[in-house]
Amino acid sequence: MNSFDINRVRNDFPILAREVYGNPLVYLDNGATTQKPQSVIDAIIHYYSEINSNVHRGVHHLSQVSTDAMEAARESVRQFINAKHVHEVIFVKGTTEGINLVAQCFGKLKIKKDDEVIISAMEHHSNIVPWQMHCEQVGAKLRVIPMDERGVLDMDAYKNMLNEKTKIVAITYVSNALGTINPVEEIIAAAHQLDVPVLLDAAQAIQHISVDVQALNVDFLVFSGHKMYGPTGIGILYGKESLLNEMPPYQGGGEMIKEVTFEKTTYNDLPFKFEAGTPHIEGIIVLKAAIDYLTEIGLDNIKKYEDDLLDYGTGLLSAVNGLKIIGTAPEKSSVLSFIVDGVHPYDIGVLLDRMGIAVRTGHHCAEPIMNQFEIPGTVRASLALYNNKEDLDKLIAGLDRALGMLR
Amino acid sequence: MNINQLQDELIEDFSFFEDWMQKYDFIIQFAKELPIIDDQYKVDEYKIKGCQSQVWLKPEQKDGIVYFKADSDALITKGLVSLMIKVLSGHSAEDIAKADLYFIDKIGLKDHLSPTRANGLLSMVKQMKLYAIALSAQNKAAE
Repeated sequence: MNSFDINRVRNDFPILAREVYGNPLVYLDNGATTQKPQSVIDAIIHYYSEINSNVHRGVHHLSQVSTDAMEAARESVRQFINAKHVHEVIFVKGTTEGINLVAQCFGKLKIKKDDEVIISAMEHHSNIVPWQMHCEQVGAKLRVIPMDERGVLDMDAYKNMLNEKTKIVAITYVSNALGTINPVEEIIAAAHQLDVPVLLDAAQAIQHISVDVQALNVDFLVFSGHKMYGPTGIGILYGKESLLNEMPPYQGGGEMIKEVTFEKTTYNDLPFKFEAGTPHIEGIIVLKAAIDYLTEIGLDNIKKYEDDLLDYGTGLLSAVNGLKIIGTAPEKSSVLSFIVDGVHPYDIGVLLDRMGIAVRTGHHCAEPIMNQFEIPGTVRASLALYNNKEDLDKLIAGLDRALGMLR
Repeated sequence: MNINQLQDELIEDFSFFEDWMQKYDFIIQFAKELPIIDDQYKVDEYKIKGCQSQVWLKPEQKDGIVYFKADSDALITKGLVSLMIKVLSGHSAEDIAKADLYFIDKIGLKDHLSPTRANGLLSMVKQMKLYAIALSAQNKAAE
């Protein structure tokens, strides 16, 4: 597709034609999960009706077909993020599992007593708690890069925080609650000056921004399939070969071993060392269909379209009396988080829901952010490539009606 | 009126509304009329934490009758809370403990009480019942 044709894109997503409480669905909760295009839905049906079989172990035809399809999906992920080696692509359940894997395995290898782990003030709970757990276990220290009232990280504070005790920097690429796009190149470069590896939580970036792990020179990158128009329960951990090789395995079981005796087990090579047990075969294979879909449209086209939409929505919301947008960083992606004077976000969410408008309310699993802004939570409208201006017009109309009732 | 009569009355009130927005309007009006709980009781001891909104519940027993006061930071939750209070407050602990709250289902508010809604309301209903059960056990023991 050369230019972005929103009507064609919308037609690819069958769920957008349904109604909720008698109103056409306006789906603005894409930060939580995205809807799936027909090609992804078809790929799920194709998997179970044509090739379902366990992978890497059967001599029979179907097992070979599903194994080939799974490994083709790994190659497709490699190309999508431009990893150097296909075995640097590890299949996990999602972003959360990817971060837990690194926190535990890299943690076991490198993070000891009195060492330091750097995260930021805008992390999702899933990029706080796994590090906190490891730090508590070994007596290491979690350090937090502060941000200002726009939701922009204090890069000077970050650079001052880096020292010889820093063992890893784990940062979100795009904030799920604020939409801030962090200056990841600068973050990575500063860490690498002290040979500190960097993990990027790309759960809210991978569907909006073209990501090249070699150009970024990032050490670990994690993301989820379901937020990029693919299935739930499948995610990717990318890690540099040398680091993954050094790290101990995550879970024990089948598939991750070379040889097992009761005395000793030797572990399999990458990527299988980190993939114990039967994987989410369908999810992996179908993820390729989602990547194909994104690649066909083109991430650059998507970004341009979504950025225009974000500007449009920001303009509309800014004109609402008493409304304050939370997250006003100059570099933003797809998130419109806001509060309204004297009105609880939950009330707005409940009323919008009855009008068929799906938004998220609450702290968005990022409680420390809400504490910093001293608010109980926000209403969050998060955009995807199939949203249009009409969706945002309906959000504003719905908001007007809700506020009329609540104020 | 007893608990069931109060429930039936609410069911009838709600039956006049044609759409959900009218129901919510009614619930919000209810919230605005709920006697405000004294700030001294808006403390952790009386707080029922939900993921989305908070509820404070202050029960007391006077001359064998249980009274509830409550509040919430969200208006719709507060409205729902006041519906519960209208039905349950001012009865004996025994009656509250054995009350079957069928009105919630009948007026279509059941999804507000699902555990995943996490607005603190389900916990509040449980808390009201537990308080009444404890009191009625105490009352029996005292007899």
